[in-house]
Amino acid sequence: MTESAQTGQAMAAPAQITRRGRLSRAWRVLRKAPPTAWFGMIVIAIYLFAAIFAPLLAPYPETELVGGAFEPWGGAYILGTDQLGRDMLSRLIYGARNSVGIAVLTTVLSFVIGSALGLTAAIIRGWVDQVLSRAVDVLMSIPQLIFALVLLSIMGSSIINLVIIIAVLDSTRVFRLSRSVAQGVVVMDYVEAARLRGERLPWIMRREILPNIMAPLVAEFGLRFCFVFLTISALSFLGLGIQPPTADWGSMVRDNAALISYGDVTPLLPAGAIALLTVAMNFVVDWFLHKTSGLRE
Amino acid sequence: MNPVVRTVLQRLGLGIATLFVVSIIISLTIQMLPGDFAKAILGQSATPETVAAFQKEIGLDRHPVVRYFDWISGVVQGDFGESYASRGSLAGHRRLVAEMIEPRLLNTLFLASAAALIAVPLSLFLGVLAALYRNSIFDRVINVVTLTSISSPEFFLAYILMMFLAVKFPIFVSLASISPGMPFLDRLYVIALPTLTLVLVIMAQMMRMTRAAIINLLASPYIEMSRLKGAKPLQIIIRHALPNAWAPIVNVIALNLAYLVVGVVIVEVVFTYPGIGQLMVDAVSKRDLPVVQGCALVFAATYILLNLLADVVTIISNPRLLHPR
Amino acid sequence: MNDNVKPGSTRTKGDLLLDIRNLEIEGESDEVWRPIVKGVDLTLKRGEVLGLIGESGAGKSTIGLAAMGYARGGCRISGGSVVFDGIDLLGASDEIRRKMRGSRIAYVAQSAAASFNPAHQLMPQTIEAELREGIRGHGDAVKDAVELYRRLRLPNPGEIGFRYPHQVSGGQLQRAMTAMAMTCRPDLIIFDEPTTALDVTTQVEVLAAIRDIVEQFHTAAIYITHDLAVVAQMADRIKVLRYGKSVEEAPTREMLASPREDYTKSLWSVRKLGKQEQAAGEPILQIKNVTAAYGNAVRVLNDVTVTVPRGRTVAVVGESGSGKSTLARVITGLLPPIEGQIIFNGEALPPALKERSQDTLRRIQMIYQMPDTALNPRQTVYEAIGRPIEFYRGLTGAKKEARISELMKLIEMDDSYVDRFPGELSGGQKQRICIARALAAEPELIICDEVTSALDQIVQEGILQLLMRLQRELNVSYLFITHDIATVRAISDEIVVMFQGRVVQQGPKTKVLSPPHPPYTELLLSSVPEMDPDWLTNLLARRKVQPEAMKAGDR
Repeated sequence: MTESAQTGQAMAAPAQITRRGRLSRAWRVLRKAPPTAWFGMIVIAIYLFAAIFAPLLAPYPETELVGGAFEPWGGAYILGTDQLGRDMLSRLIYGARNSVGIAVLTTVLSFVIGSALGLTAAIIRGWVDQVLSRAVDVLMSIPQLIFALVLLSIMGSSIINLVIIIAVLDSTRVFRLSRSVAQGVVVMDYVEAARLRGERLPWIMRREILPNIMAPLVAEFGLRFCFVFLTISALSFLGLGIQPPTADWGSMVRDNAALISYGDVTPLLPAGAIALLTVAMNFVVDWFLHKTSGLRE
Repeated sequence: MNPVVRTVLQRLGLGIATLFVVSIIISLTIQMLPGDFAKAILGQSATPETVAAFQKEIGLDRHPVVRYFDWISGVVQGDFGESYASRGSLAGHRRLVAEMIEPRLLNTLFLASAAALIAVPLSLFLGVLAALYRNSIFDRVINVVTLTSISSPEFFLAYILMMFLAVKFPIFVSLASISPGMPFLDRLYVIALPTLTLVLVIMAQMMRMTRAAIINLLASPYIEMSRLKGAKPLQIIIRHALPNAWAPIVNVIALNLAYLVVGVVIVEVVFTYPGIGQLMVDAVSKRDLPVVQGCALVFAATYILLNLLADVVTIISNPRLLHPR
Repeated sequence: MNDNVKPGSTRTKGDLLLDIRNLEIEGESDEVWRPIVKGVDLTLKRGEVLGLIGESGAGKSTIGLAAMGYARGGCRISGGSVVFDGIDLLGASDEIRRKMRGSRIAYVAQSAAASFNPAHQLMPQTIEAELREGIRGHGDAVKDAVELYRRLRLPNPGEIGFRYPHQVSGGQLQRAMTAMAMTCRPDLIIFDEPTTALDVTTQVEVLAAIRDIVEQFHTAAIYITHDLAVVAQMADRIKVLRYGKSVEEAPTREMLASPREDYTKSLWSVRKLGKQEQAAGEPILQIKNVTAAYGNAVRVLNDVTVTVPRGRTVAVVGESGSGKSTLARVITGLLPPIEGQIIFNGEALPPALKERSQDTLRRIQMIYQMPDTALNPRQTVYEAIGRPIEFYRGLTGAKKEARISELMKLIEMDDSYVDRFPGELSGGQKQRICIARALAAEPELIICDEVTSALDQIVQEGILQLLMRLQRELNVSYLFITHDIATVRAISDEIVVMFQGRVVQQGPKTKVLSPPHPPYTELLLSSVPEMDPDWLTNLLARRKVQPEAMKAGDR
């Protein structure tokens, strides 16, 4: 009796917040974002732009030999040419499409596998959970890069093999995270209430659990992307990832590495491109985690 | 039985079981070989007879279980089989995988230990410092720097170091070629750049993890209680925080040493250092399976062993197990 | 030991010990500093015990810590002064403040289990401060600690100090922490909800021990709690706080006899609620000889038989570990029993949830203890209440909305709330939504699992009254699980007392609540603090005559 009267007053303010809508709320959050997060978001936007409009932006085609090998910067070739005489700048721009595209594809696949299994394990529990968790334990006890090398040596390097191998190996981490986050939600009373109501499993997954684990999963997607991206780049750098003539940053570093000993920074450009994107992504994720976890530290 | 002993034994058993399963997986991968594999190894000119002989030799005609036990019983005695490398050409000179791995492994351990000896104490120190002065300028700078370092591919750091410390300012050498008879100090000089790269790579991770572990610890109610009992800052750290910090710190160390084992692959390739990582990469591109399997098993074993060590320390520093009810 | 000393009567007060003026404390959230404590004055004389009482968010713990010149992480003292025995604690150097803590001002925390360092035995932690300050040598310190353990009535006082915290029970740890606070014979001890986490029967022991030792050493104390009956036993003077401000302050007896402010009166309004007991009619739910266990472990329920009459409220009371919540899980089918039957409306229910029909599920609804975890934070009120309407009744569109509106009226809330997320509601409002969600299914039986224990006193009353009104209007039956006797008095027609998985006693409310009681019921009922400053004194005197009654409670 007294309570509803008082709280009615106290709750007047939040009502306006809801009506202001999601967009303006998002903008308010964004405005308060630290400079590192802004930097990250801008960099990611530029990369996306480059990846989507690569054919329009690049001065030369991706794989065409347009000049001599290792031509210097300036003139017709702003960043010079590579070891075969292809335009460096064009390949860098196409690289955004290839390297980032393949990494995104792999991460998406890894998430589909990992989170589906993770959610299933957390909800069904029992032997399904036991079997999946033990299998993941074993897979994770082999270092990922090493396992990937073994599998590539057997199956051979092709983009499809690469995507599947890395996605499967990486899905173990997604499995662990989504399982543990979902376990935290499954024990909530509202999930029990849904079960007591007689709701079916898909409904509980979609309506009760998924909305509550989205934030950590989104953050994890960013981190997994960085990890996958770095792993694929490393494999490409070793000559076992994305194969020529596809323009790819990892293999571009490898192909032009000889220039380093002459003090030429060209091979550092694709390497820097990789680093810049992962740094940007990490900054954004860092801020997002800070925002959504509500924790100070 | 004492619960500590029991739990440690359980964990050891689990580690051995994991290693066993891992060895099965590594061995079974050969089952997934595509049909034209023999041709890829022996070259297009290989006759059907040589292909058949080769397939028989690598054991594709035998049952996988039999083949696995042949292989693993050899491995236990230090025999990893023979390399395929010499096969396509004039066969005659055969190389044992174990002989190839051993010197390379020692080189890698040398490099990794050098990196660990520098990185572990330094990053623990800086990590604790960042935790104690959290949200200060120092902490924020550390945060950005380590985040950047973690995000960069190893070869980027490696080439930058090479560019500046070997090419522009020739302080160190860019190629870490090492030979059996080399004096110790010369070796150290030669591996300076790869060591530095590895140090940068794992230090960032370790500092962040140490910082997080310490902050987590300092937030516990018993630390607040010790403050409210009037303990001095140093006493709080030594008496109240440290006894509970061993487990998280050792975990951080083990995790990063395990990471070091993998990170070494790229660094070895960049600096053409004759370690096991480079051996494995070469073997993968030549599809020299026995060598790949041998290297993978060595890597996996190291990895499992390090994690096992961390778990054992966690177990024996847990008062609930040390002093059961 | 002198158990007959009454607080506020024979104790002599000395000169001024603590003087807090216009204290202001701010807390940080979302990088904005907001006031938590807004100008509180507080004085304390030597040997005096001041009770600080208030609901969650009143700022009582924050003030308690500020009395030591300490602010938690994320808080800062932004104004006012704290003068302890002539020393300005806020102006003093860190070194001086540090020296004060432990030796002259000590602190007893709510969760002793978390506040003892798990890596050390109790003894070194107990004597740490006095060794550091050089008050006693190691040998004397140990002897003194053992003596304190003995005075606090810890079992095996000579040995308990060599145990690790995880080897000692919660009630004992709380007493050990009091011993730790006492070692330096401080002038002031801050008790921060020291018995809140304990069961009532254990609480009595700890309260008695704390009160005795504070009196023996003539220590001044600030006793922080949300429970007025508890503070009435401990304090000479009571100060009521709300939203970081002082509401009123008076000597204990005066405050209990004639509180001035409405807010203070509302603090014990639940205790004044009382339902006219109604005779039982035909049963709606019969639990017959049910035995249940988790996994293959020990039995949590043992041969339990309970009957719920239609349109009535059966309260199940018991302490932690009594199996009362497990009973709810068995009824709902989450935990199929090993033996026994559940008969609902004259028909045996299938034991497991999966085997029950949708209509059976509809008839039995549940309301949870924590409205925070019972409502999905990502669903609006509309979705939360709308789903069961749609699910069970198949109503959609305008019909569904009309029904939601009807339910909102039933729970005395406005239609404007339906677009809110739970995060935008207060605790009491969230619990009302949970009630509406249960009602949406048009159930015949609602299981209420500690539905008021996570709420502030004043909100509890509103929820209980709502539940009673709904029962009158809708003739719904309640199985009301609780550990709080005041709530039982307020709402029940029948009472079931449980202890360690067994039903100790059951019957109509008036019968169970009036003597003679079986031993456990006696212990439980007598352990519930009453609004009488002499209650604890009288109880201890009574129990001295019959000491065996206390044994069950010393865990």
